[in-house]
Amino acid sequence: MTRREKIKAERDKFIEENGIIFLDDVSMNYPEKGNPAVKNVTLRIDKGEFVFIVGDSGSGKSTLLKLLLREIVPTGGDVHVMGQNTKRLRHSQIPKFRRNLGVVFQDFRLLKDRNVYENVAFAQRIIEVPSREMRRNVPSILSMVGLAGKYKANVKKLSGGEQQRVALARALVNKPSILLADEPTGNLDPNNAWDIMDLLAEINEQGTTVIVVTHSPTIVNSMKKRVVAMKLGEIISDEQEGEYVNED
Amino acid sequence: MKIRTFLYTLWQGIRNMFKNGWYSLASVATIGACLFLLGLFYSIVSNAQHILYTVEEGVTVTVFFNEDVSDAAVDAFGQELLQRPEVRDVVFHSDEEIWATFGPSYFGEDYQEGFPENPMKGEHNYEIYLTSVSMQGQLVTWLQSKPEVRLVRYSEVTASTLSGFNGMIVYVSAAIILILLAVSIFLISNTVRVGISVRSEEIGIMKYIGATDFFVRAPFVLEGMMIGLIGALIPLYLIYYLYDYVLKMITTRFEMLSSMLSFLSLEEIFSVLMPVSILIGVGMGLLGSYITVRKYLKV
Repeated sequence: MTRREKIKAERDKFIEENGIIFLDDVSMNYPEKGNPAVKNVTLRIDKGEFVFIVGDSGSGKSTLLKLLLREIVPTGGDVHVMGQNTKRLRHSQIPKFRRNLGVVFQDFRLLKDRNVYENVAFAQRIIEVPSREMRRNVPSILSMVGLAGKYKANVKKLSGGEQQRVALARALVNKPSILLADEPTGNLDPNNAWDIMDLLAEINEQGTTVIVVTHSPTIVNSMKKRVVAMKLGEIISDEQEGEYVNED
Repeated sequence: MKIRTFLYTLWQGIRNMFKNGWYSLASVATIGACLFLLGLFYSIVSNAQHILYTVEEGVTVTVFFNEDVSDAAVDAFGQELLQRPEVRDVVFHSDEEIWATFGPSYFGEDYQEGFPENPMKGEHNYEIYLTSVSMQGQLVTWLQSKPEVRLVRYSEVTASTLSGFNGMIVYVSAAIILILLAVSIFLISNTVRVGISVRSEEIGIMKYIGATDFFVRAPFVLEGMMIGLIGALIPLYLIYYLYDYVLKMITTRFEMLSSMLSFLSLEEIFSVLMPVSILIGVGMGLLGSYITVRKYLKV
């Protein structure tokens, strides 16, 4: 068996076993920093899971997310996402790879000069969805996040919670297999935060794998989901229905 | 790329241009100012070269023959002259023609009275127009080596002065045009960089969503090209009216000068200046935005 065939066989076996994300002894050293941001992390996430990645500042959560998004490649080990080793992706393959990942950020990252509809439709334009289909998909996803009546609104005039819903709709409109949320409730008041978490749980129930990076113990401890805790770049615990105590 | 994606990209490019109005205005002003200077300089230099060329065209070498040289040999000599690379044209002046030209100016209408014979006999000559004044020395040396030639009349000072001027104009204009181009590229790339860095977040969002480099870059590049085109058209418009105005002013106010000097027509200037300016403007807009966006695509 050639090396290429061996890699393909391993990938197929992994997908067959329901695996969607696999970090194999991953380390990440930034040249400008002394200590590694992520150190010998091995983590497997299956299709349809809801996983919290928790930890204090500097624990390596954000680096982990960057590795999954293929913003960076690990200095050690391999990151497999949907059967693809991110290290082997060519620059031209990255856009297509990312289209299977929905991303939501703490600061929403919306296109501020466009309205709600345009922000969501933008994700569809990128993958060249026909206009007719787009006119069907965008209102449907907006009604799912509860913004059907505000599709014409300027995003700058929306509340934080509403802006995060737009970001969520944009992340979901292309029906990604994985949703990555980086501190999605970090800028929201408790009511809006719970609304967003409920939406994430609903999305997960529909079959999307959801990974939420957070350092909010209240949310993590109430949701009773899998919790992967990190400290100084290492995974210190990985429990189903785990608990989290913020040490910050 | 699908047609609707192309149209979307085009629309985004136009939209971006108006959305970032001040940045677009600054870029248009920068490109416009640089190309205006370039156009102005080109107009001046090409006219200077044209005037010099006109003066050069009038520079001639005159060759006289020994008395014993037959008319047939003079004719053959004329043919040989026309074959030489230094020679653009040759005009033969016969003894009679010379006397008919000089006689009246020195002795009035009755110049032939008192001269039973043509006093200009043996003065027949060839007036040689040169391909370039820089070749005068070469031709004179050759003429002086011919046994049938009695005298070669030429002005070494005029030729060397004109030749020197010509060389100086070529070198100085090339240097100034290069400096202007370098300054333009520097200013434009800075303006584009400022404009794009403001939108680096937008580029980042596009990349996270899964936009290809082409999809992200195309509106910026189109925007750069449109800014470059407008930046080129404005100075062209200004130079068009300014050149016409200055030419009219010279011909009406300085009649003496206009009779001595000949200027290039607006059409002659624009046949070169227009395509070059548009090419530089659009090219700089394209290159500036292409290179600058590249930096932000590494997300």
